[in-house]
Amino acid sequence: MKIAVLLKQTPDTETKIKIKSDASGVDETDIKWIINTYDEYAVEEALRLKEAVGTGEVVIVTAGIKRAVESMRQALAMGADRGILIDTEGLTLDSYTAAVILAKVLPNEKFDIVLAGKQAVDDDCVQVAHGVATLLDWPCVWPIEHIELSGDKKSVMVVRPVSGGTKEVFEVGLPTILCCDKGEHDPRYASLPGIMKAKTKPIQELKAADLLAGETPKVKWVNFSLPPDRQAGKILKGEPEQVCAELVKLLREEAKVI
Amino acid sequence: MVKRNGPFSASFLWEPVGTWDLFIPEELNPEQKELAKLARDFIKNEVEPLREKIEGKLEPSIVPRLLKKAGELGLLMAEIPEAYGGLGLNKITATVIAENATGWTSFMVPLMCHTGISTLPILYYGTEEQKKKYLPKLATGEFLGAYALTEAGSGSDALAAKTKATLSPDKKYYVLNGEKQFITNGGFADVFTVFAKVDGEQFTAFIIEKTFPGVSCGKEEKKMGIHGSSTVPLILQDCKVPVENVLGEVGKGHRIAFNVLNIGRWKLGAACMGGSKRIMEYSSKYLKERQQFKKPLADFQAMREKLANDNIRTYLLESVIYAYASALDNACAAIEIDKSSPDYYKVVMKKVKGLNIEASITKVYGSESSDIVSDDAVQMYGGYGYIQDYPPEQFYRDNRINRIFEGTNEINRLLIPDTLMRRALKGSIDLMGEIQKVLAGLKDGYPKTDSAKPLAPWIDQLESLKRLAIYFCGVAAQKYMEKLREKQSLVLLMADLVIEVYAIECGLQRALKIRKIKGEEASKLAELMTIAYISEKIPEMIARTRQGLFNVAEGNDQEFASYEKALNRIIQPQLAPTESLKETIAARVLEKEGYVV
Ligand SMILES: Cc1cc2nc3c(=O)[nH]c(=O)nc-3n(C[C@H](O)[C@H](O)[C@H](O)COP(=O)(O)OP(=O)(O)OC[C@H]3O[C@@H](n4cnc5c(N)ncnc54)[C@H](O)[C@@H]3O)c2cc1C
Repeated sequence: MKIAVLLKQTPDTETKIKIKSDASGVDETDIKWIINTYDEYAVEEALRLKEAVGTGEVVIVTAGIKRAVESMRQALAMGADRGILIDTEGLTLDSYTAAVILAKVLPNEKFDIVLAGKQAVDDDCVQVAHGVATLLDWPCVWPIEHIELSGDKKSVMVVRPVSGGTKEVFEVGLPTILCCDKGEHDPRYASLPGIMKAKTKPIQELKAADLLAGETPKVKWVNFSLPPDRQAGKILKGEPEQVCAELVKLLREEAKVI
Repeated sequence: MVKRNGPFSASFLWEPVGTWDLFIPEELNPEQKELAKLARDFIKNEVEPLREKIEGKLEPSIVPRLLKKAGELGLLMAEIPEAYGGLGLNKITATVIAENATGWTSFMVPLMCHTGISTLPILYYGTEEQKKKYLPKLATGEFLGAYALTEAGSGSDALAAKTKATLSPDKKYYVLNGEKQFITNGGFADVFTVFAKVDGEQFTAFIIEKTFPGVSCGKEEKKMGIHGSSTVPLILQDCKVPVENVLGEVGKGHRIAFNVLNIGRWKLGAACMGGSKRIMEYSSKYLKERQQFKKPLADFQAMREKLANDNIRTYLLESVIYAYASALDNACAAIEIDKSSPDYYKVVMKKVKGLNIEASITKVYGSESSDIVSDDAVQMYGGYGYIQDYPPEQFYRDNRINRIFEGTNEINRLLIPDTLMRRALKGSIDLMGEIQKVLAGLKDGYPKTDSAKPLAPWIDQLESLKRLAIYFCGVAAQKYMEKLREKQSLVLLMADLVIEVYAIECGLQRALKIRKIKGEEASKLAELMTIAYISEKIPEMIARTRQGLFNVAEGNDQEFASYEKALNRIIQPQLAPTESLKETIAARVLEKEGYVV
């Protein structure tokens, strides 16, 4: 079983985002970089799939700059076998161009399953995995919270939550791209021996520019700004009936949300 | 010039700034950063959520279970060599783990006790068979460890222990009788390093398993803090210990006891450093959230100044701890004997002993830093700092023990001048020569640092403080000779001078090194912190030394006048605008919401 995990390095969700003074982008100086939260679930599922089969390989595929290697090594420390870094130094990618370069790399490796997080917590675009699936004409399910390999290992059964607590169950033929939500398994810790071992696991480097073959981004970032500061809260006092009436009034007239 | 890797035998006291190189945390590699994350995540996700149960001892099995879980993740095996199921990582890496295994919990006490004073005696002094038998299990947490030195009648005076060991007639085992006091992890430990006197005379270490006949534990102590840790008496009643379980040589137990404590001291300092960082994460956020007079507390300079002080002190502590770890790593890396040779650890222990002054400094400076920082946190939280629902209350209580165990801070301070004097008498350091140089300078003046060098005036301040420390040691030693030991207030002052020299040296060198490898912008805060510290600390040390010299003069005005003249020649304080420096520092702490360099 050969499994790829599409892994993106994103800022820690606890990072205070600052905008560069010229509004051209996010100021990266104090950012702590982590594996995209949902991609970490994908790594966990990939490792479990490999463990269930007993043989195979988990490959971390990342489009990003050199800094992202640190996050790839974290996944290797969790137990993945090797990595492929598609170096995007000097390029600004959008979801489309990211999908293009990933779609160039994945077929060569003949993966059975490609896992991704359901979205990246930095730009929240939710497009790359779908884009890759479209370009490769592979089935894709989004988001999933449970994966099970069929007995003949030719398909997977996946569970997809839909609103209201309903679940959809799909049987999907391989190869496929599956986008992981927070499922039933917490990502494992990279253990201390795992971390030390990860140092020597191979990471192959490719150049994004070589893979783009003239494709250019469809999206251009024009301007960055922070959302307005949150206003101080208001505490309503009095009898429950009055307070409720007052609350409804404020929600309608002041906050204008109902 | 090739810089030597770290000081030896307190050589920092007379060698000019820049003679030796130190490792700085800015040089940590990606694996080390990842280990930091592992330790932090483990505490945050697995330990802190169980805080109330741990601290209330609601389920006595929780702490051993968590230690075993830490073992599964490899957090207990870092320093154990690969041959015994560990990873053989160096002290810098162990520092990273120790400082990050901290949080709003007392769990790091059992953790540090296990990986430090409980595991290391067997690693450093065990026979091949003992190591093979115990280390792999200690590495995974299958066995949990404890260290039993103290007795009711012998704490600081540990060698006065009464626990007795007698060889059986068939010479196959020792029979131990006695009671050990305040044994951390005692309630659940599987293996104890126990110190007892063979025939009531020869101080000796033994490896004792819980299952040996005659081993039992008394009841849990009710403590001021670290409630999550087990502290019990260990009772040995006709306890039969096979002779194979003598650790090291009969009659040489004191070496084990003291050398292991040396290592334990650095680890304790590392945990204090981590704890200080954690509490600053809370206090900096709280200052931004809590409002009084219609403003966040962070708008009041009195609060910002505390935050800046905490950051400065923690910066110096961090520099001190990593300097010690790297000095020991480098000393060990230079050992030419093969690691598998039985003599290897003998040499390692010599290196540890050579750095015992530095080890005591990590302990004293560390435990007092985290006390300052947690006390400040209680104050910044006001009434809420006194309430258990908020973190400062526990940090404050838990910290207090650090000044007491692993050698009280008095004992550690006394050890510093004592070691210096002993080495001087033995001739392994030329303290007399250094004193002579300082005295000669009283007439001829002292060299000055090239003013074009970065931080030149502050380097000069440090060089002057070194001379002052040496001068004071010289005056006190000459006046009281062998009676100096009884003049503890002078000896403690000597220790403080040495401690401050080392702390300032580490902070200053680190700032210079950051500047060198990362540029002026990156080193700015480190420089400001060092300058602010020097500006406040050196006048304080001068004033204390002046008083010390006055006391030495014993009412002889002329004698004091000559001391004071010398003091004024040796050092004149340099002041910096600490108000504005601290504002810059506090602003960065508030922005980062935590410790920042
Ligand atoms: C929670 C806790 C956990 C502990 N864990 C362990 C453990 O795991 N293993 C273990 O072996 N021990 C342990 N101890 C014991 C601890 O190391 C001792 O309590 C400590 O060394 C001090 O000894 P003492 O309590 O007998 O104090 P004392 O030695 O009686 O000291 C009392 C005071 O006198 C001062 N003093 C003593 N001698 C001198 C001197 N020569 N000059 C100047 N001042 C002096 C001390 O500095 C101190 O201020 C623990 C203690 C506690 C409270």
